[in-house]
Amino acid sequence: MTDRRRRRHGVNGVMLGLTYVAAAVATLPLVLIIIHLLRQGAAFIRPQFFTQMPMPIGEAGGGMANAIVGTLILVSIASVIGLPVGIGAGLYLAERRGARLANTVRFLSDVLNGLPSIVLGIFAWEFLVRPFGNFSAIAGGMALGAMMIPLVTRTTEEMVRLVPTSLREAALALGYTRWRTSVTIVLRTALPGIVTGALVAVARIAGETAPLLFTALGNQFWSTSLTQPIAALPLQIFTYAISPYDTAHAQAWAGALVLIAIVLVISLAARYATRARFGTAPD
Amino acid sequence: MTGPAAKLPAGAPAEAPQWTSLAPVTMEASARGDRIYHTVITAFAISIPLLLLLIAISIGLAAWPALSQSGLSFITTSEWDVARGRFGVAPAIYGTIVSSAIALVLATPLAIGVSIFLSEIAPSWLRQPVGFLVDLLAAIPSVVYGLWGIFVLIPLLRDPIAPFLKDTLGLGNTPFFSGQNYGYSMLAAGVILAIMILPFISAVTREVLLAVPRSQREAALALGATRWEMIRDAVLPYARSGIIGGIILGLGRALGETMAVTMLIGNRPEISASLFAPGYTMASLIANEFTEATNDLHLSALMAVGAVLFTITLIVNALARWLVWRVTKGRV
Repeated sequence: MTDRRRRRHGVNGVMLGLTYVAAAVATLPLVLIIIHLLRQGAAFIRPQFFTQMPMPIGEAGGGMANAIVGTLILVSIASVIGLPVGIGAGLYLAERRGARLANTVRFLSDVLNGLPSIVLGIFAWEFLVRPFGNFSAIAGGMALGAMMIPLVTRTTEEMVRLVPTSLREAALALGYTRWRTSVTIVLRTALPGIVTGALVAVARIAGETAPLLFTALGNQFWSTSLTQPIAALPLQIFTYAISPYDTAHAQAWAGALVLIAIVLVISLAARYATRARFGTAPD
Repeated sequence: MTGPAAKLPAGAPAEAPQWTSLAPVTMEASARGDRIYHTVITAFAISIPLLLLLIAISIGLAAWPALSQSGLSFITTSEWDVARGRFGVAPAIYGTIVSSAIALVLATPLAIGVSIFLSEIAPSWLRQPVGFLVDLLAAIPSVVYGLWGIFVLIPLLRDPIAPFLKDTLGLGNTPFFSGQNYGYSMLAAGVILAIMILPFISAVTREVLLAVPRSQREAALALGATRWEMIRDAVLPYARSGIIGGIILGLGRALGETMAVTMLIGNRPEISASLFAPGYTMASLIANEFTEATNDLHLSALMAVGAVLFTITLIVNALARWLVWRVTKGRV
């Protein structure tokens, strides 16, 4: 009996220990990636990196000013598309939960979220590049915007659902119309959460490369025109990473460090916004 | 309006003048505002199904010329010869499946282990930081994984890991680890995919583990189970279909992942049993050839690859969502 007991507790200890190992192994890649980014990239992050144009590939020095600005432009276009549609659809899902259309939309939004980004890329090419005959920032931004929609929809729905029914009822009882209740009371209360969701979505699409390959295309020159090919940080990193030159690899590491820094800062801002929600929760 | 709100305006009719002064809007105007608001948010909601439909139709139409020309040989043959108009994507389909399978085999035990750790075992001060670090893996852009893979993972695989698998473990005689490993390989793609899908599987698994009722755990402990026995016999069976859903969701990610895989898999359209050999996936085939497509049929063939990828991920995702929903229904 005691043998059996000892064996059971032994197995218990081993298995629980293994979960510690799993946790350690699962966090290891992240630590390794960050360490390598800092080691390889930090030395090349100088002010010029943010202000200068890229050198011809194979030559040392230069910066990624055009790619950084390009990424900002692409993300802005995506937000202009993704935020209103996502927030509107999220409001709909939260207010009409249970309705058959709402269930269908929720399901298809998840399906859209799971769609490979390269498929969105060829769709945007077919729809926005082929008819106009040239690659453009607009096409790239729209492809990213389509990626954003399901992300924003999901978080908006969850955040709006968290708003207490009593708040909505109080507004309606005071004679507010339904739409004013939704916009000024419900949306206003859920806003910090929605901001978090929007930031997470932006962080996710800022690093996307695949949808831009055949839409924004990349551009080694300075361009802010929305109807022309535009440079983007992830595209530039890709180009440099697969080139055979060491100087290009160095630029790729530096670019990756900047990209990760942008993504992390946005992610942390998102966390902070969530905390603010609890800080200003209505009594 | 139901519940408590229905009782609130009971005294309202008696004080009607004050009541209306608070809401200086006529009934008709308010009804019109509500109608407009409702129409607008419904339109936004409907745009999601419409977008999906548009994607399916436009890719389907663009893929049709190549599909109708090649027929079933499109997915069953291996010859990809643009000049002769032969389009067989079997190697890319094979590579997509094998690289995703490697990723699942590596990531699943880790993801379940770390989820159990986070939901059942970890001391509370460790939960937040470890959970945050695992979630952060999902925030790293694919192209950065690719960069890291080329310069860190591939050298690691080439030197200590491949010889270890071949010689120390004696796996070199099996067809799966035969041949020379030059780095760019199915194995490298599978390992990087495993790291990339880990946070997705772990997020869903954690969610379904939290959905398991406390009473389930307490009952097992009250019967004298150790904590591991409680997890094995009471928690995991209850969460099983949700965890499988999470794994399939991870599979969906792995199947369509493009950049990191394209940078590491070697991009050679051949079917080889060895994991050390380079391969190809559907996504990297599109990524590599699309901008250099030479004629309309070539483009159409690449669109057809996209259509196959679209269909597979659609089925996989729908299945995953359904499985997760079975466990978490009733909660959000």
